[in-house]
Amino acid sequence: MEQFSPADIFYILDTANSFKEISSRSIKKVPTLRGKTIVNFFFEPSTRTRLSFEIAAKRMSADTFNISASTSSAQKGETLIDTARNLQAMNPDIIIIRHSSSGAPALLTRHIQSAIINAGDGTHEHPSQALLDLMTVRERKGEIDGLKIAIVGDIAHSRVAHSDILAFSKLGAEVRVAGPATFMPPHLEMLGAKVCDSVRDAVTDADVVMALRIQQERQDDPLIPTLREYSRFYGINSELLQYARPDALIMHPGPVNRGVEMNPDVADGERSVILEQVTNGVAVRMALLYLVMGGEGNS
Amino acid sequence: MESLIILQNGRLLDPSTGRDSSADLWLKGGVIVPVGNSVPENSRVLDLQGKWIVPGLIDMHVHLREPGEEYKETIATGTKAAAAGGFTAVVCMPNTTPVNDNASVTRFILEQARNASARVYPAGAISKGSDGERLAEYGELKEAGAVAVTDDGLPVFDSQLMRRAMEYAGSHGLLVISHSEEMSLSRNGSMNEGIVSTRLGLRGIPAAAEAIMVYREIALAELTGQRTHIAHVSTAAAADLIRQAKARGVRVSAETTPHYFTLTEEAVAEYDTHAKMNPPLRTETDRHAMREGLRDGTFDAITTDHAPHSVLEKEVEFDRAANGITGLETSLSLSLQLVRDGVLDPLRLIEVMSTAPARILQIPGGSLAEGEAADVTVIDPEREYVFTGNSIVSKGKNSPFIDWKLQGKAVLTIMGGRVTHDELTSENGREDRH
Repeated sequence: MEQFSPADIFYILDTANSFKEISSRSIKKVPTLRGKTIVNFFFEPSTRTRLSFEIAAKRMSADTFNISASTSSAQKGETLIDTARNLQAMNPDIIIIRHSSSGAPALLTRHIQSAIINAGDGTHEHPSQALLDLMTVRERKGEIDGLKIAIVGDIAHSRVAHSDILAFSKLGAEVRVAGPATFMPPHLEMLGAKVCDSVRDAVTDADVVMALRIQQERQDDPLIPTLREYSRFYGINSELLQYARPDALIMHPGPVNRGVEMNPDVADGERSVILEQVTNGVAVRMALLYLVMGGEGNS
Repeated sequence: MESLIILQNGRLLDPSTGRDSSADLWLKGGVIVPVGNSVPENSRVLDLQGKWIVPGLIDMHVHLREPGEEYKETIATGTKAAAAGGFTAVVCMPNTTPVNDNASVTRFILEQARNASARVYPAGAISKGSDGERLAEYGELKEAGAVAVTDDGLPVFDSQLMRRAMEYAGSHGLLVISHSEEMSLSRNGSMNEGIVSTRLGLRGIPAAAEAIMVYREIALAELTGQRTHIAHVSTAAAADLIRQAKARGVRVSAETTPHYFTLTEEAVAEYDTHAKMNPPLRTETDRHAMREGLRDGTFDAITTDHAPHSVLEKEVEFDRAANGITGLETSLSLSLQLVRDGVLDPLRLIEVMSTAPARILQIPGGSLAEGEAADVTVIDPEREYVFTGNSIVSKGKNSPFIDWKLQGKAVLTIMGGRVTHDELTSENGREDRH
C-alpha cells in the first residue's frame, strides 16, 4: 500500500464497486480479460487469497494457472528468479505472487517484465487484503476519513496489519493498535498507527474493531505464554465491545481462531462483516487485474 | 642487484614517527634504504608531486574464501583486490571450508599466498570447527603463522570458553578477535531493528545484540588481564562501552568499517542485498558515533570485513541472502572522506589503516623507517573516479558502492619492493629512467 496515493486507492475502490455486481449475476463472467494469462505463483499455503484471485480472474475470462511451492522447482533448488524467468518465457500477462520472504515481489519486478501483483509477502504487506478491508468499511460507513479503526493482535508479524495501517491512515482514519508489547514492532507510529496501552483504550469509541489471527504455528520465538491467557487479556468479546461505538464493525482477515482472538458470538454477531470482506475480496482483485492490464478490455 | 625505486617530492606520512613532510623515499632490495646523495644509474624515479607516500595499508579483517569457496574469492584474487585498494597486508578470517582451526590449514593458506599480491596473515579459529565447544590448538596455529584467533562470522556463545580462549591465547602470544553478537537476540534477523525493518517487514537485529556481547568481552578481558580486539563495531552503544573500558585501562582494541561510518539502514531499502551484512547497517546516530570513535581513539583501526559473495548468494530473497559486502577496493576512498570532513587528519587516517593494525597484531609494517620492508602505498587524495562494476578486481561484485563517485585513491602499491598495483605511470604520473 506504500506506493499508492489516496487518489489511486479511491480509483481502485471505485473500479471494484463497479465489478461487484458481476459476482451476483447468474452467469458470472465477462469477457474483459479474455486471452490474458494469469499465473498464481504461491510459495506459501493459502486457500482464500489464492481462490479469490483465481475466481476474480476467471470471472473476467482470463486463463489462470496455479503454481504452489510443492509443485514448483523451489523444491529442486531452483532460485526464485530462475523460476520466475522461466515463467516469464511463457509470456504470462500477470504473475500473482505470495511468498514467505518480505520483498520477494520487489525482487521479481527487478528481474522480469510481466506485471506482478503482491498477494502477501512475508511480514511486509498484503495490499489486496487492505483494499478489500477499505471497500468493506467504505460500503458500510460511507467514508473512511475520520473513522477510528482498532486493530488488535500480532502487529509485528502481520502483513495485513501493516497494509491496513498504511491504507486506512492514508485515507484519513485514526488507526489504533493494541496487543502485548511482544507483538509490537518498533516505530509503528511512523507507519501511521497509534499504539494503545490496552485493548480497551484501542476499542473505545472505535468504528471498526479488527482482530488478527494468532499464528499458532509460530514456534521458534514464542511471543505469548499461552493462548488461554491471550484470549483473556486480548481476545475480542462482547464485553469489550461495549466500549466501541454501537454500530462498530467487526472484522478479521481470517481464518479465525474462534475463542482465541475473537469469541464466536462476536465473529458471528450482527456487527460482523467478516464474510462481506471475503465477498469484496473478489471484486477488489477483479479491479486490480483489470487495472494492471491497463484498464482496457474486450468489451 | 635490484635497482633502486625513488619516490620523489611526495608528502611523506609516517604515523610510526609522526612524520608529515615533503620528502623522498628510497627502496632497494625490498627494504627502505637511506636517501643517497645522487641518483644511481638504472634507478626508477617517480615524481609524486601532490601525492601521499604512506606505509602500506593493512586490513586486519578480510575473508579470502580459500580454501573451500574459491568461486567467491581466492587468495590470489583477494590479494589483487587488496593491492588495488592500496593494501600490502591482510588478515584472513578462518571461516573457510575447512575452518582454519589447525596448523595444516594455516600452512596451506600461507603456501597459496607465497606469490600473492599482498602479505597474508591468517587468523586461526578460537574453537575447533568454530563450533564454540573446544579450544583449537593455538600453539601450533601460532607456530604455523597465525597472528590471531577468532570464530568470526559467529560469536563464542559460551563465556567460559571465551575466557579460556583469552587466557590460552595470551600464553601463546595470540590476539583474540571477537565477533560480538548475542545470537538469541539476533537470530533470524536480517537488518537493523528500527524504522526501516518495520517498514520493510524484515526481522530486526537490535543494537543491544552487539552491546551485550561487547560488554561481556570487556568484562572477560578485565578478568583475564589479556588483550582482546572487538571486530566490526557498528553501534554507538558498543563504542561507548569500549571508550569507557579503555579509560579504565582494559586491554581492549576495536575496529569499525567504512560501511558503518558511511551508510545507514536506509541503504537496505528496497531490499538491496548489497546492503545486507552482519552486524547490520545501523542508524544515523550510530554512523556518527563511528566517526566520533575514530576521531577520539575509541577505534584503533579501520577494517573492511571484505566478504565476497557470488550472485548465487545475493540475487535472492532478502532474508535468504548471505551477509557481507566487499570492501578492499573502496575502503581508502571512503575513509579519505573522513579527512575531507575534518574527522581525521591524514596522519591519523594512515595510523588507523596501517600503523595501528601492525601494532595490534604485532606484525611488521606500518612504518617508513629505514630498514623496514618496502611496503609502501602512494595515494592521490584528489583523484576522482566512479567505482564501476566492471572495474572491480575482486571476484565478489557485492558492493553497495557500485557507481558511486569517489575521491582519493591508491595509485601505486609496493609490497616488499614489488609493484603490486600501478595506476601512476599509465595516467598522470611522470616517470624518468636514469
